[in-house]
Amino acid sequence: MTSPALAPEPTVSRSAGTGTHVTRLLGIATIVMIGWTAAFGLLFSPADRNQGDSVRIMYVHVPTVWTAYLAFTVTALCSASYLFRKKHSLGFDRVAGASAEIGVVFMALTLVTGMLWGRLTWGVYWEWDARLTTTALLFVSYIGYLAVRGLGGTHHQRAKRSAVVGLLIVLEIPLVHWSVKLWRSLHQEASVLDTDGDIDLDGLMLFSLFVGVVAFTLLYVWLVLHRSRTMAMEDLLEDQGLDEALAARRAEAVMS
Amino acid sequence: MIVALIAMEDAGFVIGSYVITFAVVGALAWRIVRRGRELAPRIDDADKYWT
Repeated sequence: MTSPALAPEPTVSRSAGTGTHVTRLLGIATIVMIGWTAAFGLLFSPADRNQGDSVRIMYVHVPTVWTAYLAFTVTALCSASYLFRKKHSLGFDRVAGASAEIGVVFMALTLVTGMLWGRLTWGVYWEWDARLTTTALLFVSYIGYLAVRGLGGTHHQRAKRSAVVGLLIVLEIPLVHWSVKLWRSLHQEASVLDTDGDIDLDGLMLFSLFVGVVAFTLLYVWLVLHRSRTMAMEDLLEDQGLDEALAARRAEAVMS
Repeated sequence: MIVALIAMEDAGFVIGSYVITFAVVGALAWRIVRRGRELAPRIDDADKYWT
């Protein structure tokens, strides 16, 4: 809906939203890959000898945590780019913010799917185990990051303070990843990205996991592109609203 | 296919984890696209770097 207060001279818009040919193609590829993830995870891959069918939860649990790590790493890289490059581009800040928002959702899904798997494997939904606790801490830290982004001020103030936070909290990721080695943990160690280089998975299980990781990575890229463009429009409308409020205040002052 | 799914051990937990995951990411995608469509008409095309 057009708001006269924010857009005094609306122009005819060619684009209906934040989509382009590239994002549409990416969207189609993502939907296809998500379909394959469900098919391989639920139907084609075999049940595990020890875990039974509960291993199928891993084909969504592992890709969600991979995507969350990826999202938080991108947030840190974009935060560093904003802070340390000569031109402090707000584009980096928007990608950092968009990536963190998406990462938080994927981290929440990691916790939920992990709890469902934990109930079947350990008999409890939650245990204050090293991996689970550090993951929950990471999740809460990024909610804090999003709260910092919403504190107000100019766009550059927002970008600077959130970039500092983004660079600090990303250091929790190695802690989460290696928590199973650093402390005695209920959680199993990595089956694929292990330091000894061995892959402890059957071929079809590994392939199912790979399909899920590719699907969720494509989904992440698609979401970040759309969300960062939406953020750019929100920033622009905020600037326009502020300019108009200032103009109105000046006009009032001249009248009086 | 459906019979195989239902016959699965702990089908509620396994299928539930997929349903929750896909429903949440679907809702997130829908919300982001809807917000973009809501804002786009208020912005001049010249300011949309992706067009």
